[in-house]
Amino acid sequence: MSTPTLPPGLAIQKADERIMTLNVGPQHPGSGHMRIIVQIDGDYIVACDPDPGYVHRGEEKMAEYRNYVLNIPHLERPVIHDSCNILYPYVLGAEELLGLEITERAKYVRVIASELNRCVYTMYWLAIYGIFLGHSTMFMWPAGDRELLIDLLEKMTGARVTHSYFIPGGIRNDLPANFEDVCLRQVNYFEKRIKEYADVFYDNPILLSRTEKTGILTRENAIRLGTTGSVLRASGVDYDVRKKEPYDVYDELDFQTNVMKSGDSYARSRIPWLDMMESCRIIRDALQKMPKSGSVRVKLKPNPKGAIGSVYKRIESGRGALGCYIVSDKKAEPYRVKLSVPSFRNLIALPHLLIGEKLGNMPSVYWSLNYWPVEADR
Amino acid sequence: MLKDLITPQNANVFVGKLGDILERAIDKPLGYAINWGRIWSLWPVHIETACCSVEFGAASSPRYDVERFGIIEAFGSLRQCDLVVVQGTITRKMAPRLRLVYDQMPEPKYVIAMGACAITGGLYFDSYNVLPGIDGVLPVDVYVPGCPPRPETLIQGCMLLQEKIKRMKARKIV
Amino acid sequence: MSSESEKKMVEKKPEDSKPTTAKATEKPAAKPAAKKPVPAKTPPKEEPELPAFEKGIGDKIIEKFGDQTAVSFVKPDRVGIKVNRESIHDVAEFARDVLNYDHVDSVAGVDYPVDKEIEVVYHLSSYTDPTLSRQILELATRAQREDEPIPGNDATKLPSLRDVFYSVEFHEREVFEMLGVYFEGHPDNRRLLLPEDWADLPPLRKDFRNKGR
Repeated sequence: MSTPTLPPGLAIQKADERIMTLNVGPQHPGSGHMRIIVQIDGDYIVACDPDPGYVHRGEEKMAEYRNYVLNIPHLERPVIHDSCNILYPYVLGAEELLGLEITERAKYVRVIASELNRCVYTMYWLAIYGIFLGHSTMFMWPAGDRELLIDLLEKMTGARVTHSYFIPGGIRNDLPANFEDVCLRQVNYFEKRIKEYADVFYDNPILLSRTEKTGILTRENAIRLGTTGSVLRASGVDYDVRKKEPYDVYDELDFQTNVMKSGDSYARSRIPWLDMMESCRIIRDALQKMPKSGSVRVKLKPNPKGAIGSVYKRIESGRGALGCYIVSDKKAEPYRVKLSVPSFRNLIALPHLLIGEKLGNMPSVYWSLNYWPVEADR
Repeated sequence: MLKDLITPQNANVFVGKLGDILERAIDKPLGYAINWGRIWSLWPVHIETACCSVEFGAASSPRYDVERFGIIEAFGSLRQCDLVVVQGTITRKMAPRLRLVYDQMPEPKYVIAMGACAITGGLYFDSYNVLPGIDGVLPVDVYVPGCPPRPETLIQGCMLLQEKIKRMKARKIV
Repeated sequence: MSSESEKKMVEKKPEDSKPTTAKATEKPAAKPAAKKPVPAKTPPKEEPELPAFEKGIGDKIIEKFGDQTAVSFVKPDRVGIKVNRESIHDVAEFARDVLNYDHVDSVAGVDYPVDKEIEVVYHLSSYTDPTLSRQILELATRAQREDEPIPGNDATKLPSLRDVFYSVEFHEREVFEMLGVYFEGHPDNRRLLLPEDWADLPPLRKDFRNKGR
């Protein structure tokens, strides 16, 4: 058979007969803000190469040009709906470098804001998980119910998302009057609502057949790959920074961590939901134990300079252990700020889990890793 | 009698008048109908560029419910969509892909620039990987300011786009 | 200023480690022995007592590797070790096999143009060992820095720790593209976050300035 004549600029390249390369690209209903290059053999994935970086905005470089307080608005934008948690280790580290002691009331309010943010993040994640699987009721219910908590956060901080609430020295402003009663009422109703998700989602036989026994991450691999957060606890490792290295007032509050042993997508999707119920307990406990009055903010001198040295602080956010490494050299701007985000640490599990899976299982495995692409790119 | 009225000197006037009559009788009502159809079914492409996508997702939630305006996120292909909402910061890596997505959409298509980063680069004006606004890449119809804009602001932006479409010509005169 | 806050953190340990589980009690048993707070009226040059458990970790590494390593700081729950470039791989294996650190939390690269070096800092942590659940070990190595970098083909090289700790794979790729440090032994030293056609200096170096700064 003779080769056909081609128009100029085209060439024939011999492709593999069985393997096809697909871009699950930045514009895809099942990919979020990143690209995953998969190679498939029929229906099974044989190779996978994640391609993040579509939202890489250079946060760490920008942090070197702004002082400790001016860094707050842009360092919280990687996860705008969980903004208190991504600022938390940075603020703890800045307080240690600037030598500040914050008050008890500020610590309790920080814990309440952090737990509210964890719930708000997890609800959005559940909403997107539902829509990836095609379960549009599971998009509408969490997206609507999280508005209850966003109302509370708006009363506290003034903004729906990107609160800019934590600053070195405490928090920006005190709680409004009568906040405790409103918060208690909303959190109780919220807890009742999320218990109903079991009927529509977690006991749904279609979800069970799609996510059970897919993307199994064994305990040894979860430790070896350095995963964190709900991915780790779904594989049987009981590690939560709030319990192991308590910061602020977590050692005085009463809660437990949830661990499941199966390590599949179903377990990874269930653990954040159980964690949300623990968050409601923490908020109620903290509201009770909080000192009823007191200042919440330590006055800062203009352009405070950090002590020479470095500090590494970590907290538990909605996705896992978030760490911040700050190096300072006695200037008003930090010398280097490095955020160690849980989404980036869990990314290594993606090629590991997808190889051997069917292409149709890709969204349920990929999003169950509690991966937020904007945070991983910083 | 008509043949005597129409001379080679004034034929163009008659043709113009006929065109006017046809436009007023058929083209305008048809244009209203076509634009009415376009306004109440703006389907945005499912592309999330950066953090404003959270507020865009919240706009589809039951509280703000942008679906009553006909704006459903079409979870299918982009060849059926007619609206690109540029949600947030555009990095140098994302810009060629965004242009490719825009080029693949069929006419008529509209662009909303959502958030301060899509308008001028916003908070990230001095970063090495961020474009100063999407103006240089796509032709923008409506700018929605905010960081991030509240869902109600986004809905107001969509309503502004609807007003703009009402004033557009329904079919292109070649 | 910072030593006083360290003292306060050191003094707080006995109270807030009590509610935690029984597994962690063998570690704080070593701590109250070291808990003599230094009175403030002594001259400020006097150092506070170093926490004993963390000092023990630092001493074990020093006694095995001698002058290839040096302790840079010992704080509550944090131990920092400076390591020479040639022995970072052996120190990491020692940390994994003998000291039971099983994964890496983060890899950070810091540029010091004044010393003409780039420092790469590994933060190690442990999920399996209950005595180490709060500890983070910081290993810092330095690579030589060149003024005109050609990433991958100049003298800024370090041995990769990927065969010791698999979790550093994507972190080392990011340090390569952001600072130009080539990791020998890493199977895939490729760009991760930057655009594919990036031809400028590696962005996190100090001589790369942001727009208008």
